[in-house]
Amino acid sequence: MRVRFEIKRYDPEVDEAPRFQTYEVELEETDRVLDGLNEIRWRQDGTLTFRRSCEHGICGSDAMRINGRNRLACKTLIREVGDRVRVEPILGFPVVRDLAVDQRRFFRNYRSVLPFLINEDPAPARERLQSTEDRERFDDTTKCILCAACTTACPSAWGDEAFVGPAAIVQAHRFIFDSRDQGAGERLARLTARSGVWGCRTVFNCTMACPRDIQVTKAIAEVKRAAIIGGR
Amino acid sequence: MSTRVEYHQLDAVVVGGGGSGLAAAVYLARQPGIRAGVISKLYPTRSHTGTAQGGVGAALGNCDPEGDSWEWHMFDTVKGSDYLADQDAVEILCKEAIDVVYELEHMGLPFSRTPDGRIAQRRFGGHAVNFGEKPSRRACYAADRTGHMILQTLYQQCVKHNVEFYDEYQVVDLLVEGNRCNGVVAIEIETGTLHVFHAKAVLFATGGWGRMFEITSNAVTLTGDAPALIWRCGLPLEDMEFFQIHPTGIYKLGILITEGVRGEGGVLRNSEGERFMERYAPTMKDLASRDVVSRAIYLEVKEGRGVDGRACVNLDATHLGRDVIEEKLPDIADFCRTYIGVDPAVDPMPVQPTAHYAMGGLPTDADGRHLADADGTIVDGLYASGECACVSVHGANRLGTNSLLDLIVFGRRAGLHMGAYARGADFGEIPADAADRAIEQLERIREGKGERAAVIRDEMRAVMTDHVSVFREEPGLEKAVEKIKELRERFLTVKVDDKSERFNLDVLEAFELGCLLDCAYSTATAARNRTESRGAHYREDCPKRDDGEWLKHTFQHLRGNDVEFSYKPVTITRFEPKERVY
Repeated sequence: MRVRFEIKRYDPEVDEAPRFQTYEVELEETDRVLDGLNEIRWRQDGTLTFRRSCEHGICGSDAMRINGRNRLACKTLIREVGDRVRVEPILGFPVVRDLAVDQRRFFRNYRSVLPFLINEDPAPARERLQSTEDRERFDDTTKCILCAACTTACPSAWGDEAFVGPAAIVQAHRFIFDSRDQGAGERLARLTARSGVWGCRTVFNCTMACPRDIQVTKAIAEVKRAAIIGGR
Repeated sequence: MSTRVEYHQLDAVVVGGGGSGLAAAVYLARQPGIRAGVISKLYPTRSHTGTAQGGVGAALGNCDPEGDSWEWHMFDTVKGSDYLADQDAVEILCKEAIDVVYELEHMGLPFSRTPDGRIAQRRFGGHAVNFGEKPSRRACYAADRTGHMILQTLYQQCVKHNVEFYDEYQVVDLLVEGNRCNGVVAIEIETGTLHVFHAKAVLFATGGWGRMFEITSNAVTLTGDAPALIWRCGLPLEDMEFFQIHPTGIYKLGILITEGVRGEGGVLRNSEGERFMERYAPTMKDLASRDVVSRAIYLEVKEGRGVDGRACVNLDATHLGRDVIEEKLPDIADFCRTYIGVDPAVDPMPVQPTAHYAMGGLPTDADGRHLADADGTIVDGLYASGECACVSVHGANRLGTNSLLDLIVFGRRAGLHMGAYARGADFGEIPADAADRAIEQLERIREGKGERAAVIRDEMRAVMTDHVSVFREEPGLEKAVEKIKELRERFLTVKVDDKSERFNLDVLEAFELGCLLDCAYSTATAARNRTESRGAHYREDCPKRDDGEWLKHTFQHLRGNDVEFSYKPVTITRFEPKERVY
């Protein structure tokens, strides 16, 4: 089928303002939106800029706004979007060029929650034991691929640059609820600061946006509860 | 083109932010007084290690009543390699496996667990109990997201240890003088600025080059940048003819369906519903090694037993039940639902072999040190690890779970060795015009007036798929070599639309095509040269393994446009070559 792509183009060093450019591509309905973008860059217009890598929803490179919703272009099929696709960069970060945004703040926020296991006990000779129930407790948030779809769908993050954003809280959750971790206190101290977990207004956009189906809002609520009553 | 050039001096530079590069970086960071940096053309968490699914192999013995031993693991790896792997290196791999897996757990890796709280292990192709008796549970896993968890865990450790990152910097040249490496040249993708990294030690950990084939599990970014740069510098590549075609990619898309599906009990069926692997591998059946299963699938299709007359067979996991699939294979289920509308708990998955893994690559010793020739001369300050390297622990065919293992074991060893080396070494000289060759190359691409990269790339992928894939023979290989020569010629005038400096992926994708063409040239010429069948390299015109003539590693140097061959003997310590039956 013939699919019409309307793509937001912007090179802040050259263009005065963003504009939409239209392309037409012949695609199957089982093709991905990313296949369409690749066709455009490879055969029509090599100047179209976007990030991509694994092409099947694991690397997290190609989060973008597709028909108004944050999606991964490689995990959105043409049959879901029809023959007209509007593609824009994710919101809230400066555009570097076209669909590629500056992710420095995103990764700074990620780093701010101490995203690594903290355990000062000497390591045993073999593995630390963890029950299947304890492992299950934080399974959902281990799935995060840091694509930024949640954080750039969050009105609180749009409105307040200081807000750490859902993705960073998801990362904090992954450790706070890991029975092997001893850093919950310090993480929660950071997350109860003004920039932390209370920036969340429970809008659920993050959960809707997550391409890994992580229950982001629920994870944030669990971190809020841990911040008030403590414990896992 | 930008002529802005910035200069950096670091003790150690790691090129590539996947599992092996990050493992090396962690161990470099733990050494006091070493300033190291990781250069990656992607944000490291976007690296392809993250897509590995099934598991990492280590003889922990958590799940089989017989227990496990590194010697059984070693035997399976050597047998899987069709006896081409160097056994001293395989011994290191399988012994250190146990230690690195525990260490990953200590770093926080969220492995799936057994009921008694230990690391869970599952069956995988070619891994067996007691020297080949029956399938063994050796693959340590985190659902079907093991690679994702490894990549995340190592990145977390890098954050913890304040590793210096140069994200979205793409290496476009390396600085070699005589038998010494003095650094690399990289382009900062966002600005187009060139950066010279002057270093005492450089590690290449850039992954594979599956993108030279049409159907592949590999990311668009896996374009063999390291082998191409190495080859152009007059250094050799090893065993490039051995490229693994994984038996189970999603039909037409090539997205990997982990061997873990068969490890959990899934079976392959042809159009008649027959479990055909029972005919090809009576003991291991669907869990025979990958080269054996891929060939079987091709033969079933060729003999008219492809499902619905298509070039695919069915991978049937319906009998495992929804609970097992959702708990142990959730991502696979998600891929199948998303991309082909198949629920694997209800319907079988249509699969076809998909280009997956390069066994060959940059020749190294067991500390990751790069070899200058088949005699084992070391290039000072140059290292390689992970998929782009050839130690060789995989020989002619890699076993599943051994790639994640290789990344960590040899990434760690390279990181440790580089640190020690850098402490004792001075910086070498680099010329004032160190970036000029890179500038020239990128400039040529920018000014080309010929064809688009996509046209050349499509033709390369077609010829590699037709003639240099699962089955090979002289006339086809000859055709492939000639075609690749022609494409390399046409590439010299490749044309791009984008002339700008910032985030110019048009130019970089063309550059990557040049790298892929060099990998394709190396692969096709090596495949034509090796007149026997071994592991993943199957010649219809010479279907037998020939240990008398070919129990040796191929080394290839690029001399002008010609390829010069030399050979390195295989190191055999414990297991004499014998016939390989599964």
